[in-house]
Amino acid sequence: MTQIIRDQRIVTDDWCRLDDAAPLPAAGRVIVSLARWRAETPVLKARGDVGVAIPSELDVAELQDDLPHLPLIALYFVFIQPRPEGGRTFDGRAYSQARVLRERHGFRGEIRATGDVFRDSMFYMHRCGINAFEVKPGQDLDDALNAFKDFTLHYQGAADDPIPLFHRRRQADT
Amino acid sequence: MYRYDTFDQQLVNERVAAFRDQTRRYLAGRITDDEFRALRLRNGLYLQRFAPMLRISIPYGLLSSRQMRCLAHIARRYDKDYGHFTTRQNIQFNWPKLEETPDILAELAEVEMHAIQTSGNAVRNITTDPLAGVAKDEWVDPRPYCEITRQWASFHPEFNFLPRKFKIAFSASTTDRAATMVHDIGVHIVRNARGEIGYTVYVGGGLGRTPMIGHKIREFLPEADLLSYCEAILRVYNRLGRRDNIHKARIKILVKALGPAQFAEQVEAEWKQIKDTPLKLERKDLDYFRAFFQPHPYEAKADDDATFTPALESDASFATWIRHNTREHRVPGYRIVFISLKARGVAPGDCTSAQMDALAGLADLYSFGEIRTTHDQNLVLADVKQADLYALWQALTPLHLATPNIGTLTDLICCPGLDFCSLANAGSIGIAQELSERFDKLDYLYDLGELQIKMSGCMNGCGHHSVGHIGVLGVDKEGEEWYQLTLGGSASNDAALGDRLGPAIARDRVVEAITRLVETYLAQRQEDERFLDTYRRVGLEPFKQNVYDTNH
Ligand code: SF4
Repeated sequence: MTQIIRDQRIVTDDWCRLDDAAPLPAAGRVIVSLARWRAETPVLKARGDVGVAIPSELDVAELQDDLPHLPLIALYFVFIQPRPEGGRTFDGRAYSQARVLRERHGFRGEIRATGDVFRDSMFYMHRCGINAFEVKPGQDLDDALNAFKDFTLHYQGAADDPIPLFHRRRQADT
Repeated sequence: MYRYDTFDQQLVNERVAAFRDQTRRYLAGRITDDEFRALRLRNGLYLQRFAPMLRISIPYGLLSSRQMRCLAHIARRYDKDYGHFTTRQNIQFNWPKLEETPDILAELAEVEMHAIQTSGNAVRNITTDPLAGVAKDEWVDPRPYCEITRQWASFHPEFNFLPRKFKIAFSASTTDRAATMVHDIGVHIVRNARGEIGYTVYVGGGLGRTPMIGHKIREFLPEADLLSYCEAILRVYNRLGRRDNIHKARIKILVKALGPAQFAEQVEAEWKQIKDTPLKLERKDLDYFRAFFQPHPYEAKADDDATFTPALESDASFATWIRHNTREHRVPGYRIVFISLKARGVAPGDCTSAQMDALAGLADLYSFGEIRTTHDQNLVLADVKQADLYALWQALTPLHLATPNIGTLTDLICCPGLDFCSLANAGSIGIAQELSERFDKLDYLYDLGELQIKMSGCMNGCGHHSVGHIGVLGVDKEGEEWYQLTLGGSASNDAALGDRLGPAIARDRVVEAITRLVETYLAQRQEDERFLDTYRRVGLEPFKQNVYDTNH
C-alpha cells in the first residue's frame, strides 16, 4: 500500500485514483478528475466519499458550490521545462489555490499535494493549507517529516496562521 | 538602520540550518538537480561559467560598517579578495565553493545578513533611493516601507515559485532615483491633498529581452493597504502569468496581454477580498519600523566651519572631487559623498577586501557607521560633515576610491558579461575599461556632462542597457562578439527605452562608435544641453550617419 503523509504523520493511503474510463465502485474512497466530477456531479456529490483532482490553472472559485460535498481536493505540482532554454522551474500555482480554498472558501476537507512533491517544498505547502502529501517516489518519508520543522516562525500570515509577525511586535510594544 | 530582533535572527538562523542540511543531502546524492536548483536559487547561489556565484542581499542598499567588514572577511577567506556590487544594490562573490556556502551564510547571519531570495522566481531584494533619508527633495523616508515589504516577501509561502523573478522598488521624492518605472512593481510614496500618505502603484515595467515602462494601476492606495495590495498583485500574477516560455513569464507580459486596465481590475477584485484582513497596517506598525530610520544626531552648527572653503580654494583636485562626487544634504553643513567604484582599470562595481575594510573605518569615523550601495554600482557615505570632507578625500584617494567621475561617461554600468556569466554573448568589462582609457581626460569628460552608458552581455539586461543614454548590448554573431547600440533611454522621471541605432557593431569598432556618438553630441548640442536632451531634440539620424559612415 502507498504511504503518504497526512497531518504530519506517515499513514497508508486510503484513497485511490479512479481512471476516467473505469466504472465507479459501489463503495470506497476515490479521487476523480475534474472532468469526471463535472460530468457526473449529482451522483458523485451524493456519495460524500469522492474527491476531485484539479489542474493548477483552475480558478477555485468555480468549485464554490461543490465544496460542501467534497471531502478531498488534490492539487498538482510539477517541474516544468519552459521554452526555449534554461533550467526547469517549479510550477507554484497550486500554492495560491490552496490558500484561497482554505482562507476564502473555508474548505475544511483534505487538501492533498500530488505530483513533484519533494521534501523541501513541503513546508510552504503546509503553510498554504495543504495537509496531505503524496510524496514523490525516491524521497525518504521519515526525513520528509522534518520539513514541518524547517521554520518555527513566519513573517506573513497564511492558511496555518493568519497573523503576520508585525502583530506580535505591536502587542509586545504595548 | 533596521536592526534584527530575536524573531528576525531566529528566522535567518533557521534558514541557514535548512540550507546546510539541503547542501549536505545534495552532496550525498539525496536531492535531485531540479530540486536543488530550486533551493539554491532561493539562497542566491548560481552555478556559473567557472565557479558558483553567491549573491548576498543588501536590503534597499543599506550596510553598517560591521556588515561591510564581514563582506571584506568573506572576500578574503572564501573568494579571491574582492566582491562585486550589482545593479540591484547587492553584492556578488564570484569564486566561492559550493560546499562552503553554508559557512558563508552562517557568518553573514551573525551580522544580520543573508542571501534569501537574491535569485530564483521569487520576490527579490527590495530597492529604493540610495539617498533615502538625506535627499532634499524627499517627502517621506521610504526605508520603513521597504523593510515592511521585505519582511512580508521573505519566505512568502505562496510566492516562492512564481512564473519568474519579481522586483519591487520604492521612491518617495521628486526625482526618481530608484528606477521604479522599470520594475515589476514600482511604488511611489505620495501625499494626497489632505496630507495623508499613500502610494501610487505602477506595474509591469522591466528590462531584459522585452523592456517596458510600468503602467500606473492605482493613483492613491491608502497607507494601511500596502501589503494586501502587493499580495493581490502577486496572486493574480502567480495564477495567470505564463510559465511555458521563460521570455514571456515576467508580469509585464501578463499586464500587456490583459491590458493595464483589465489587469488593474483583476487586482482590485482580488484586493477587495483581502484588504480587511490582518495584512492591514496600523499606525503602530509603521511607527515600529520608522523608529529605526530616525535622523542621525547631526551637529547643529556643522556649516559653521572655517576649514572647508579654504581647502576648496587651495586644492583644485579636492574642489573637483567635491563638485562631481558629492551632493547637497538636507542638513546644512553636511554633504552626501559618492564613492566611485569606476576607477580606471577596474571592472565597474568591483571592490577589494582592503577597500571594504577601509571604507568601514571611514564610515565609522565620518558617516555614522553606515554605507549605501547604489544601483549604478557605486557606494555612498551619506552623512559627512563638511569639516571632514578634506580628510575623507585624502583617505579615499590612495584607495582609488576618489575618481571624480560620478554621473559622467566613465561612471558606467556593466554586467559581469562573458568574463563570469554563463549566459553572456559578449564581454562588457573589457569595453568598460577601454572606454575609461579613451575618455580619461577629465576636462573633456566634464564638458560632456551627464551621460550614462549601460552595458549588458546579453538580452537579460542585467546592465540595464535599454535605459542607458547610450545602451550597449552584447549579441552573438556566429560565435563572435558583436554589440547593438541604443540611444535615448532613461530610468528616471523621464523614463524611456532606448532606440536602436542600427546594425550591430563588431567588437573592435565599439569604442570608436561610442566616441563618434559623443562627437555627434558635441557638434549638435545647444548651450549646456545634456546628451539625452540633444538626442531627443535632433533624433537618431545625425548619430547614425556619423557611426555608420565608413568614409570617416
Ligand atoms: S546581462 Fe546577460 S551576460 Fe550580463 S550578467 Fe545578465 S545574464 Fe549575464
